[in-house]
Amino acid sequence: MTLSGCILLASALFATGVYGLLTRRQLIAVLLSVELMANAANLSFVAFAHFRGGPAAQTFALFAIALTVAEVAVGLALVMLLYRTYGQTQVDTAREMKG
Amino acid sequence: MMSVAFGAVAACMLLSAFFVVRAANLVHAVLWLGVTLATTAVVYAMLGASFLAGVQILLYVGGVVTLMIFGVMLTRRHDGAAVVVDNARPGRGAVAAAALFGVLAAAVVRTDLPIGDGMATTAELGKGLLTTHVVAFEALSLLLLAAIVGALVIARRRDPGAPSPKPLHRAARPLEPATSAGPEDRS
Repeated sequence: MTLSGCILLASALFATGVYGLLTRRQLIAVLLSVELMANAANLSFVAFAHFRGGPAAQTFALFAIALTVAEVAVGLALVMLLYRTYGQTQVDTAREMKG
Repeated sequence: MMSVAFGAVAACMLLSAFFVVRAANLVHAVLWLGVTLATTAVVYAMLGASFLAGVQILLYVGGVVTLMIFGVMLTRRHDGAAVVVDNARPGRGAVAAAALFGVLAAAVVRTDLPIGDGMATTAELGKGLLTTHVVAFEALSLLLLAAIVGALVIARRRDPGAPSPKPLHRAARPLEPATSAGPEDRS
């Protein structure tokens, strides 16, 4: 368990999230992929906090976790509003403004 | 011993993350996300961040996964069928993700990452939150309040028969016959 190992694990997790973000077509599945990516970022924060020390690093990870939870709440509210307006929640549901 | 355990947990995490982005049933994807987040909490605990591991379990596994399940259930009709979710153009996505991972891995392997001294304990973390970072802490609580109120306002079910809010009501009044017949009518 080294710093490089932890960062590589976070990178792999982030790449998996990018894959989901690029290929999923359901909005909630896209939100899941965003969660994966945020989780990877948090993991790298904690890894650096463990191996580099310093009290601020863990604080940053804590703030990032709270921000992600707020983002999920607002994102799901938007998805529910979209479902109520259009009756479906695909990524290309709202395209009235598309030129 | 520790590295073997780390390898096992990392393998669990990546496997469940793969199922999150590939599962054909959306509810299964959400549950696999719960597994990924729980294994992340295990890694936090192995790294000595016990407080963050607890926060991860409480907020992510307890909060976010429940919220996501509710989101899945509320955004479809209740017919009991499996929630199908598909992947569009998986080849291109895989190529892009692999390229990103290649760049990141090359950067990590080539960089010399110096090792500093130990990790802050939970007591130091709490003291820092209420002294050095107290402004950020309060700003974060304001942001959480704003996010909760915003989510409530956005997701609120609007009844079509209910009276509309004040500004719309006032704008609609000149069209009513009672005011158009009034003495102040200039039109």
